[in-house]
Amino acid sequence: MELTAARLPRWIVAIAVLGGLFVVLPLVAMALRVDWPQFIPLVTSESARSALLLSLRTSLTATALCVLFGVPMALVLARTAFRGQRVLRSLVLLPLVLPPVVGGIALLYTFGRRGLLGGTLEALGIEIAFSTTAVVLSQAFVALPFLVLSLEGALRTVGTRYEAVGATLGASRWTVLRRITVPLVLPALISGAVLSFARALGEFGATLTFAGSLQGTTRTLPLEIYLQRETDPDAAVALSLILVVVAIAVVGGAHRVRPIGGSGPPGTVARPVRSTKDAR
Amino acid sequence: MPLRFAATLAQRRFDVRFELAAGETLAVLGPNGAGKSTLLALLAGLLTPTWGRAELDGAVLFDVGERGSVLTEPRERGISLLAQEALLFPHLSALENVAFGPRSRGVHRVSARATALAWLDRVGVPELAGRRPAQLSGGQAQRVALARALAADPALLLLDEPLAALDVGVAPAMRLLLRDVLRERTAVIVTHDPLDAFLLADRVLVLEDGRIVESGATAEVLTRPVTAFGARLAGLNLVPGRRTRAGFTGRNGLEVPLADAVPVGAVPVGASMALAVRPAAVGVSLSARAAPESGQGPHSGADPDSEFGPGSASHSASHSTSDSARLAATIDDVEHRGDVVRVHAAGLAADVAPADVVALGLVPGLPVVLTMRHSDVVVYPTPLPDQDADPDGR
Repeated sequence: MELTAARLPRWIVAIAVLGGLFVVLPLVAMALRVDWPQFIPLVTSESARSALLLSLRTSLTATALCVLFGVPMALVLARTAFRGQRVLRSLVLLPLVLPPVVGGIALLYTFGRRGLLGGTLEALGIEIAFSTTAVVLSQAFVALPFLVLSLEGALRTVGTRYEAVGATLGASRWTVLRRITVPLVLPALISGAVLSFARALGEFGATLTFAGSLQGTTRTLPLEIYLQRETDPDAAVALSLILVVVAIAVVGGAHRVRPIGGSGPPGTVARPVRSTKDAR
Repeated sequence: MPLRFAATLAQRRFDVRFELAAGETLAVLGPNGAGKSTLLALLAGLLTPTWGRAELDGAVLFDVGERGSVLTEPRERGISLLAQEALLFPHLSALENVAFGPRSRGVHRVSARATALAWLDRVGVPELAGRRPAQLSGGQAQRVALARALAADPALLLLDEPLAALDVGVAPAMRLLLRDVLRERTAVIVTHDPLDAFLLADRVLVLEDGRIVESGATAEVLTRPVTAFGARLAGLNLVPGRRTRAGFTGRNGLEVPLADAVPVGAVPVGASMALAVRPAAVGVSLSARAAPESGQGPHSGADPDSEFGPGSASHSASHSTSDSARLAATIDDVEHRGDVVRVHAAGLAADVAPADVVALGLVPGLPVVLTMRHSDVVVYPTPLPDQDADPDGR
């Protein structure tokens, strides 16, 4: 590391340090503003607790939905070829770059009472908009691309050679998927799910637009923080710190899984090479 | 015939048909891009032919024609593939890798493990059962991969250059193991190495540009090649030519009487034939023009001082016109090859001891006389039509 740094022009290093400060300093500033003696009461207040629990519940459900739909989507994108596949991939990844509030409006005009499917759903006695279900849908909508993107990349890296071997050994398609494909990309699946969970946890714009802000029903932690900022800044800061801690844990966890599941030659994809001494 | 194969793959200019008897091993040889891997992929079901039909033990592997197509899924073909790389599943132990085939066919976990352990024992690495592929050397991994392929109990085993990626030190032991397990097994092995064909295969198929150019029993193909590639594989000089009244006349002018030590039944005069001779059996001597001081004509008896070739000292006296063929030629190239020097002249290669090259001053452009004893050459009819064997149209 020192060698690499020594070879770089110093002004590059200086700019990099400035950039790093730009990311870290606001977090420090916020941590300095935390009212530590009141921290526990602030984050365990009635409204904070219900927001935190709602956030965890909906984010976990959204993550489960992402895995349920994202794994087949990644498999279809990585293992098949059909007309319009590139366009479809771009569309699937669209929520990644779309402003969340736009996503919320789109969801509203799909599942809302006067939306595309609203009439049908209403006839079935299902009302989604401004319910906890809407929160989950908003979160899943924005988080899905994270899982699909990370998993599709891993599937392409691993390639189809192991799957072909499995087929010649007599394994059915389902067995190949279950015993070869999924275990090989498991690290990427986990890191993708973790990233999706983090994105779901932080979701604000789409939730506010599509689900509103009803305490205990749709008011997730980010919404609670935004509201508290007006009335009780100390509570907002304390709750923010919780989300920062969760984010750090998630990034750390995902980063740890990544090198194993990400790039690298096939064969070292699924497991770290524990002992290179034994090889040869 | 348990294996019948005929397939065309238009986009790769592949068109091959062959049959293989039960328990036979077929070696598929050929230069890169000849279609060897295509052949295996078609058999394994990883590629679909544009036309063709293949059967294994009476079951159709594929049948693609104008009336529609039948394609058996790879897993239902009973064909295992051992590739150049072991491709062991990295997330499973060696034992679990080997047990994968039996497990996939519905064998109970316990008995699948027992089968797997027996196969690991058979390939000589039972102690590696618990290891992960990342902890295995190349040779160990390939043994485990062989056990995995065999544990699936295939009706046909495909091997795609199974020794190519191994260290030189490990390959011989693996080759012996393959020789052992392939003995009673129907198998197709793609290889670059004629040694593999000699040791492992009953029959040989030589592919070039997606077509079969030679096929037959291993000994037959590798002692009587009909193509330049086959000759190179076998390490032989190949002289195309035809039957003449006197015997055999090569395209380079080499003449060998057929009555003498070369029994060839009733080959009509004018029929195309070929002559094969080992480079080590070809002697090189200076022609009269190049060595006027010796006072010899090119067709006079051999002089022990001017005629060289491995072992030439012992039988150079017998290289007389009565039992040797002689050919005046000009050296095209002189190539150093380890402990011998290969002299190229008139389309023939002759291996000469380095000391003799120095003594005779053999350099490109020098006129020489090539000699070979009749008992060292093999002359045989070539089955290919003349226009195929003679691209020059001569």
